[in-house]
Amino acid sequence: MSAPRTRLGYDGVVAVMPVTIPYARYSTRSAHWWLGRALGELIRGSGLAKAAVDGVCVSSFTLGPDTAVGLMQHLGMSPRWLDHIPMGGASGVVALRRASRAVQAGDAEVIACIAGDTNHVDSFRNTVSQFSRFAQDAVYPYGAGGPNASFALLTDHYMKQYGATREDFGKLCVAQRENALRNPHALMKKPLTLAQYIDARPITDPIHLFDCVMPCAGAEGFLVMTEERARAMKLPFVRIGSTIERHNAFPDDPIQFRGGWAMDRDALYEHAAVAPADVDFVETYDDYPVINMLQFEDLGFCAKGEAPAFVREHDFTIAGSFPFNTSGGQLSVGQAGAAGGYLGMVQAMRQLTDSAGATQIEGARVGLVSGFGMINYDRGLCSGAAILERGQA
Amino acid sequence: MTDPLVKPKKKNPVERTRLPTRPPAPRSRAAQGLTRAAAEGVFEMQTCGDCGALQYPPREVCHQCLSERLVWKDADPRGTLIATTVLRHSNDLYFRERLPWKVGTVKMAAGPSVVAHVHEDCAEGGAVRLALKLDRSGQAVLHALPEKDTPNMNDAPQLRESTCDPKFRRVLVSDGKSAMGLAVARAMLDAGANAVFLGDPTSWKTVKAFDALVASDPRVQPVELDVTDTDSVDRLAASIGGKVEILVNTAAYLRDGGILGRKDVILARDAFEVNVLGMMRLAQAFGPGMGFRAADGSNNAVAWVNILSIHALAALPARGAWSASMAAALSAAQTLRAEFAGAGVRVMNVFPGPIDEEWEQLTPPPKLAPAAVAKAIVQGLQGGLEDVYVGDIAEELRTRLRENHKAVERELGQ
Ligand SMILES: [Zn+2]
Repeated sequence: MSAPRTRLGYDGVVAVMPVTIPYARYSTRSAHWWLGRALGELIRGSGLAKAAVDGVCVSSFTLGPDTAVGLMQHLGMSPRWLDHIPMGGASGVVALRRASRAVQAGDAEVIACIAGDTNHVDSFRNTVSQFSRFAQDAVYPYGAGGPNASFALLTDHYMKQYGATREDFGKLCVAQRENALRNPHALMKKPLTLAQYIDARPITDPIHLFDCVMPCAGAEGFLVMTEERARAMKLPFVRIGSTIERHNAFPDDPIQFRGGWAMDRDALYEHAAVAPADVDFVETYDDYPVINMLQFEDLGFCAKGEAPAFVREHDFTIAGSFPFNTSGGQLSVGQAGAAGGYLGMVQAMRQLTDSAGATQIEGARVGLVSGFGMINYDRGLCSGAAILERGQA
Repeated sequence: MTDPLVKPKKKNPVERTRLPTRPPAPRSRAAQGLTRAAAEGVFEMQTCGDCGALQYPPREVCHQCLSERLVWKDADPRGTLIATTVLRHSNDLYFRERLPWKVGTVKMAAGPSVVAHVHEDCAEGGAVRLALKLDRSGQAVLHALPEKDTPNMNDAPQLRESTCDPKFRRVLVSDGKSAMGLAVARAMLDAGANAVFLGDPTSWKTVKAFDALVASDPRVQPVELDVTDTDSVDRLAASIGGKVEILVNTAAYLRDGGILGRKDVILARDAFEVNVLGMMRLAQAFGPGMGFRAADGSNNAVAWVNILSIHALAALPARGAWSASMAAALSAAQTLRAEFAGAGVRVMNVFPGPIDEEWEQLTPPPKLAPAAVAKAIVQGLQGGLEDVYVGDIAEELRTRLRENHKAVERELGQ
């Protein structure tokens, strides 16, 4: 057998121009409106001509019956490179991964990565009831019309196996809310105390109200282009140190207690030539607090089973010992469908280009963005992570 | 431990009746393999014919070796309950009305992990046995049950949603004067039915066993009912239609005789009049009321039982006219099943072999005692089955039909 091939670096490719279309709890608009606005912001904000964007990468749950193709006619785009990534919470990382290679190879010059969804008063119900075949056959008939029960089961298992308590989850949620109060885009505007977290009404034991994200409408986006172009256009940029993705990892685990990151994290850090200790802040995919603990462990910040102790040791606010989900995360900002998979990505780009406003971490140089998505049956199937680095000194 | 079911109180007539809702019904075609097993009360899982891997949820190809040779096979139902949750909120109307609801993850000894309804007597971390049952949509679901039976376990509300237990329910036996009707009535009383309406098609005729049964138990109420007479059926439905929670159609007409050897269709017409049109009359009179009460408390209307014959599946030419009526009755029952599906009333078809009664006098043994068929009916209702094959002859004929139905035709014709 030949030696494993070396992965190419991401030299010469950068990400720029994080944009957020402010979220709304409910919207009467369609997904096309939200995605169109994100693309408009990217074009206006960067100063590019519309035709100069020759690649588009789209993620959305509510775009149906259209796909990225129909959206291109809707938006009057003629890209030479188009991707549609239906990977939920892993979409942001995967979009960056796909787009950066396409730009590096010259298949496209400028790729707009956009994710967005609308939220009608009844659209969350419709989305979950048509989510996947395995969910239709083996989850919905059990009353679990949505991810709450699936996450409740793995939370229950994690708590019993590793001794995590509701207070531990609460500490993360409270810290994220504190971060969110500095983020004008966050839908949650009121402080959250640990007592409020603990006393909240049960939804699906042991999941209580503040363990659940609030579905909403919104969109996020960013551009991927050559460093040369970003410099010429004087756009603040971030470099891509390394990325990983994995799907359907550990299928023989009887219940999910780890994600695909555990398979790929060594490659992630090696490729970026950084260690977990070098990371200045972490943006995880936080649809439920237990998934944050899985990410702390599987991304190497602590050993398997030690996340509860890790949580007890650290301060997760912006000025804390482990700045984490500095936008407030989905738990406090809201979950705008597939845009939830972009939330950490755009926030990390802001941190590394000194445009994070009141959520800015002083002198952040290296950030880790992690994605997780698609409870197809009993577990999240897609995982991904990216290490981003400050572009300009 | 499950609290024993409390005998339902008399209903306040001005109270609104809760209308039936259904748990989510859509399934892939592959998943209907589970439904077939649940309908007959067996535990089967999709298994690879090449590498032997067992898989869940059902797929189109083997998740191990990608073979398309997938078969449904008996599987080990044992497992460990590794996680549980109690739903206290649901966006689904059916579950919303039945909260709290316990579900869990079971790691099967045979391999995969499954999400299942969890019986209240199951302890997290402990051993459980899985059962496939039909839910109120008529689709298969997995229930995690205690490893060994526990007291009153069938009374648990979640499990009762998948069964049609006669306990505390009111049963109409359409012909209570036949040996089969009497046996069914006795079995229902033994199973804890609240009332048995005992149909009497021949009030001018005295049948001692009928009178004795009526006298023996205050729960038995004789009612006049002739399934060949639309007025009679309608009159009874107007009187007790709102109280029937299980209907067992025991009205039957069995005579010898084929088709070519006769110059008239009188025999056939009589058989169809009772066995097919009788069922339809009952359905038109009692069906809508049962559907309306299909979610009405712990003694909701749950089941419609047709006693057919294994010869509904393969004609016995010596009784050709009767066989044709059985096949027609089976077809009508399939339509009823579809028409009752919206309400969630189960249609259970019973397929016995020859029964030890007067019209089978010349049939050689083995013959089934009516009490044995009645027992199978009660067990079928308690298990929530849809198809019940009773006795060795029925089982054997069914196996032979699966192997070579052409051979069965030739052999039954001899
Ligand atoms: Zn196989």
